[in-house]
This record gives sequence, C-alpha cells and structure tokens, in this order.
Amino acid sequence: MTVEETIRVVLADHGRLAVPVESLNDDTDLFGAGMTSHASVNVMLALEDAFDFEFPEKMLKKSTFESIDAIRSAVAEMADS
Amino acid sequence: MTGVTPSGMRVGLDLVEIAEVAESVERFGDRYVSRIYTDHEITCCKREDRDGPGTTYVMESLAARFAAKEAVLKVLRPVDEQPAWRTIELYRMTGGWCEIRLSGRAAELATEAGLGELSVSLSHEAAVAAAVVVGWCTL
Repeated sequence: MTVEETIRVVLADHGRLAVPVESLNDDTDLFGAGMTSHASVNVMLALEDAFDFEFPEKMLKKSTFESIDAIRSAVAEMADS
Repeated sequence: MTGVTPSGMRVGLDLVEIAEVAESVERFGDRYVSRIYTDHEITCCKREDRDGPGTTYVMESLAARFAAKEAVLKVLRPVDEQPAWRTIELYRMTGGWCEIRLSGRAAELATEAGLGELSVSLSHEAAVAAAVVVGWCTL
C-alpha cells in the first residue's frame, strides 16, 4: 500500500468525514469536508500506528492535517528525520 | 484595523459527542488520554471499576474537557498553530466547578491577547458534552 493509500484508509476509518474519502482531492480541505478537531486527533494517532512514529508537538497543528497533501508532507518529514 | 486585536469579550463554544470519545479510548487507550489530558484531568475523569480492581474513564467528563479545550482555542484564536492540548487544563476545584489553567504556548497566546482569567461552564446530556468559555481581552 502506498503512503497516499494508507492516508486515505486512515481518513476513511477515523476522519469522520461528511463525504466519501474517494471523493477527496489531494488538496481538499479535510476540516471543510467535515473532519472535527477531535477526529483529527484520532487521525493523528492512527497515522502514528500506521507509519510507526510519533508526531512531535511542533507538528500538532491544524495545518498538518488539513489535506491529504499536507499529511503526506508531514509523513515524509517524519520519515526523513 | 487589519492586524489589530479588538478589545472586549471573547466567547468560545464547543460540542463533543461522548460516543466519539469512548471510541477513541477503546481504540487508542491510554495513548489517546495521555496526549490530550493532564494528569490532574485524568485523575478527575477516572472512577473505580465496580467489577474488579482498576479504574475506568468517565467518558462524559473526558468529552466535556475536550469541548472546553476546543472552546479555549476559540477564545485564544491561534493562527496556524495549535497549542498542545495538555497546555490547556481544566482544574477541578474542591467545590466541584472547574477553572482553566494555561501553560506553555496557550498561556503566551492569552498574554499576547491581553486575556485575563478565563471562565468555563461544562455540561452534558446522554449523547453530547458541551463547554462555553468566556474571556475578557483588555488590549
């Protein structure tokens, strides 16, 4: 499974989105698509499980989880660190 | 007026589904709880398990506190940043009501906005917990 596929699975399972995850573009605003702050915490924890790392506090901001593109960038940054 | 923070009252309101919090605790356990809540809050949200040794979480209390943290953020109005959840603490007083205690970046944002003490009210029904936070901005 690719990174993007994994992110989409996590969003489908934990994002509580108002629309199907298949309908999301990579730059779709996830909060605009119905993801609440509480759901974004679950997304964060599920991403940590999926990729086996822990987000540092400096990355725990809304913009880190605002789109699939943003999450992919965060995952790449964690992989490089 | 761009860039100027107006003085006056700020109000934050948030609702959280209790079942959503219960699912998070079930799925992620103490990892979820310890990322969001302070040690004091965790203590306040536990009760003795009547079926045996150990404790269980009071989900409506956790949900109300999460709603309060979100409501505080709406009062602090951070721009593209998110103070750590644990820097916003709901401190339960001996009388039973809660006060908000800020630390770290959350406290800095309050100072920058000229916010003094914040007041909070928590409530819950069977399915939903709610919190309202009010602060007065003096700058």
